[in-house]
Amino acid sequence: MELEKFSYDNKIVKKFAFATMIWSLVAMLVGLTIALQLVFPEMLGGISFLSFGRLRPLHTNAIIFAFVGNGIFTGVYYSLQRLLKARMWNDKLSNINFWGWQLIIVCAALTLPFGITTGKEYAELEWWIDIMIALIWVSFGVNMIGTILTRRVRQMYVAIWFFIATFVTVAMLHIFNSFELPISFLKSYSWYSGVQDALVQWWYGHNAVAFFLTTPYLGLMYYFIPKAVNRPVFSYRLSIIHFWALIFLYIWAGPHHLLYSSLPDWAQTLGIVFSVMLIAPSWGGMLNGLLTMRGAWDRVRDSSALKFFVVAITCYGMATFEGPLLSLKNVNVVSHFTDWTIAHVHVGGMGWNGMFTFGMLYWLFPKLWNTKLHSEKLANFHFWIATLGILFWVVPMYWAGFVQGLMWQEFHPDGTLVYKEFLDTAVQLKPMFMLRSFGGLLFIIGAVVGVINLFKTAARGNLIANEEVEAPPLLPENTKKARKEHWHSKIEKRPVKFIVFALVAVAIGGIVQIIPVSIVDSNIPTISSVKPYTPLELEGRDIYIREGCYNCHSQMIRPLRFETERYGEYSKAGEFVYDHPFQWGSKRTGPDLAREGGKYPDAWHYKHLQNPGAEDGVSPGSFMPAYQWLIDSDLDVSLTEKKISAMRTLGVPYAEGYESVALEELQNQADEIASNIVEGILIDGSEEEKAMEKEVLKTKEIVALIAYLQRLGKDIKAEPKEEKE
Amino acid sequence: MLRFIKDNMATIDGVEIFPIISLVIFVAFFTGMLWWVMKVDKKKVEEMSNLPLTED
Repeated sequence: MELEKFSYDNKIVKKFAFATMIWSLVAMLVGLTIALQLVFPEMLGGISFLSFGRLRPLHTNAIIFAFVGNGIFTGVYYSLQRLLKARMWNDKLSNINFWGWQLIIVCAALTLPFGITTGKEYAELEWWIDIMIALIWVSFGVNMIGTILTRRVRQMYVAIWFFIATFVTVAMLHIFNSFELPISFLKSYSWYSGVQDALVQWWYGHNAVAFFLTTPYLGLMYYFIPKAVNRPVFSYRLSIIHFWALIFLYIWAGPHHLLYSSLPDWAQTLGIVFSVMLIAPSWGGMLNGLLTMRGAWDRVRDSSALKFFVVAITCYGMATFEGPLLSLKNVNVVSHFTDWTIAHVHVGGMGWNGMFTFGMLYWLFPKLWNTKLHSEKLANFHFWIATLGILFWVVPMYWAGFVQGLMWQEFHPDGTLVYKEFLDTAVQLKPMFMLRSFGGLLFIIGAVVGVINLFKTAARGNLIANEEVEAPPLLPENTKKARKEHWHSKIEKRPVKFIVFALVAVAIGGIVQIIPVSIVDSNIPTISSVKPYTPLELEGRDIYIREGCYNCHSQMIRPLRFETERYGEYSKAGEFVYDHPFQWGSKRTGPDLAREGGKYPDAWHYKHLQNPGAEDGVSPGSFMPAYQWLIDSDLDVSLTEKKISAMRTLGVPYAEGYESVALEELQNQADEIASNIVEGILIDGSEEEKAMEKEVLKTKEIVALIAYLQRLGKDIKAEPKEEKE
Repeated sequence: MLRFIKDNMATIDGVEIFPIISLVIFVAFFTGMLWWVMKVDKKKVEEMSNLPLTED
């Protein structure tokens, strides 16, 4: 048969690889910064756009979408062409994918630190960036499917299945979770509210882990490990079961992020059951990866890439063992809201994604540049310091999570809490935070050495921009023989059908979980005393979102004795019906705020936000940053009316025409709070002084935020009284 | 947003059967897949697993 000549596009692989390396350093440095901020809260001098609440989303988004995202594209663009014996379908689309993705990352870096955020974890980017993500992601998908359709190999190797599932599912998750109503270019509200928003968000959030951080990397594992050891995958049969079981089960597991929350119990149980089942395909896949190296262990000694792969797969195994464990209610009671979760994700992030990416790059660079790795010694150094870094990172954080989780539960024999004040448990973690920062530093040193090593490798060789190859064309199949085949053999050759199957497998889980929560009214019992926010509270809530308060404070009291003793009545689904978006949070670096309203006077909040940890202040020792800029900046009310209208569109029952009185109401409430603050902070001041201070204060952002904080949980506190009357 | 789905779904006669149908579909799918995985020809498995190694 005549061979066709064609070439693989290595230039696009190079571009993505460079982007991966550069963004990895940026993302990790932001991570180190926020880790240090928990030890030295004022180390960056109280600058708004460098505060913890704003930088933490930048770190998570940068790791997920900039570092791992570019890592995915690097690996997929390299392996897809070779597995299909075809050049990428359209070079222009490849470049649109590349430049578009980098533009999205730059947009993220230019919005998140300035508080332009939707306030939904790992989906913080504003609506127009969401649209860009959808378009660029689809351009990647079209290019991939185009390449599959013009391939020269009939059967699609299992790695490609994982890539297809990744594309289809991420598109679905991103689109459904990003339904939002724009108010202006820089502001939008989630279309969903409260419990529904939480369910959709964690359906997305959990599956971002599954289909962005896991499935594409499993596809890469199935390609790069056989390549690196030069032997086929341990069990191809296992990989088939691995694939279908994994994508089917994963999509249901989201609610394990919401155990003991106000999510209906049946949805929580569903999440637990599927999470526990997930261990089977996860470990099947892990063992399949590790066992592929059987009989080639001697090569691990000489190949730095393989060393990285071994640690990566081991970390994958640990993280996927721990995941189901954390989904059990009795474990989750201790782990949830603590640093345990943070440790868990870093085993995955640093270990699985981080180590795999660098292993892949160490293997790829000599191939792409047709040369040898600049220095095996440096690569080894990178490997050891990174492994050590992971240990120094996660061990203290496991300890921190475990210790704090248990401290929260500790009671005196007389039934009172041992650590009634949240702060008493938080300050104990400082040494652990220090150690964690040290671990992060080690990991970054390794990455810097790695990046230098890789760049030097590229510099010493010549990039094979277009790798010339030849292969026979794909001829029409003998239909008679093909018809007799099992249906699974058939779909392996028919990409479009395959995509449909994969989509069905992942869509069902979402539909069955999410639709009933919105259909069946009994899932979210309404509470009559829960009323929409006042205009000032609404503005305050937007400041709460802007500052990323949800990164450290939950608004979800679990129905557990140690929770209700510390914070008050447990949270109910009906409390959140007007919350677009929900702000339950997932981590308590500070205390829960669901019942904050009325707990302290307005002036307390003022002093607290001005300097939380001051020795002579309201909570000495606190490592919450100071929010001086809330006192300095005027509240922007130009959008208040629009916000009210938007909320009404979303189903919040503001009366028609309420917009016309909204600003007046806002000012009245601001007046009142400003008076309260002034009375509290200028106790000995003259009336004149007080009046002057109040005039200044009443237009400031801090007043709105305090109005919101004072509203939290007030409606529910009002409820029992009504019943008594 | 979901109320649009809700209103339509709630009016479907016998909507309760949907979860059962999906369960049946999935059980059937996985049984079919397992059956295929077990009986699939060894030669074919070998060919498939060698795909990454035969590219150059």
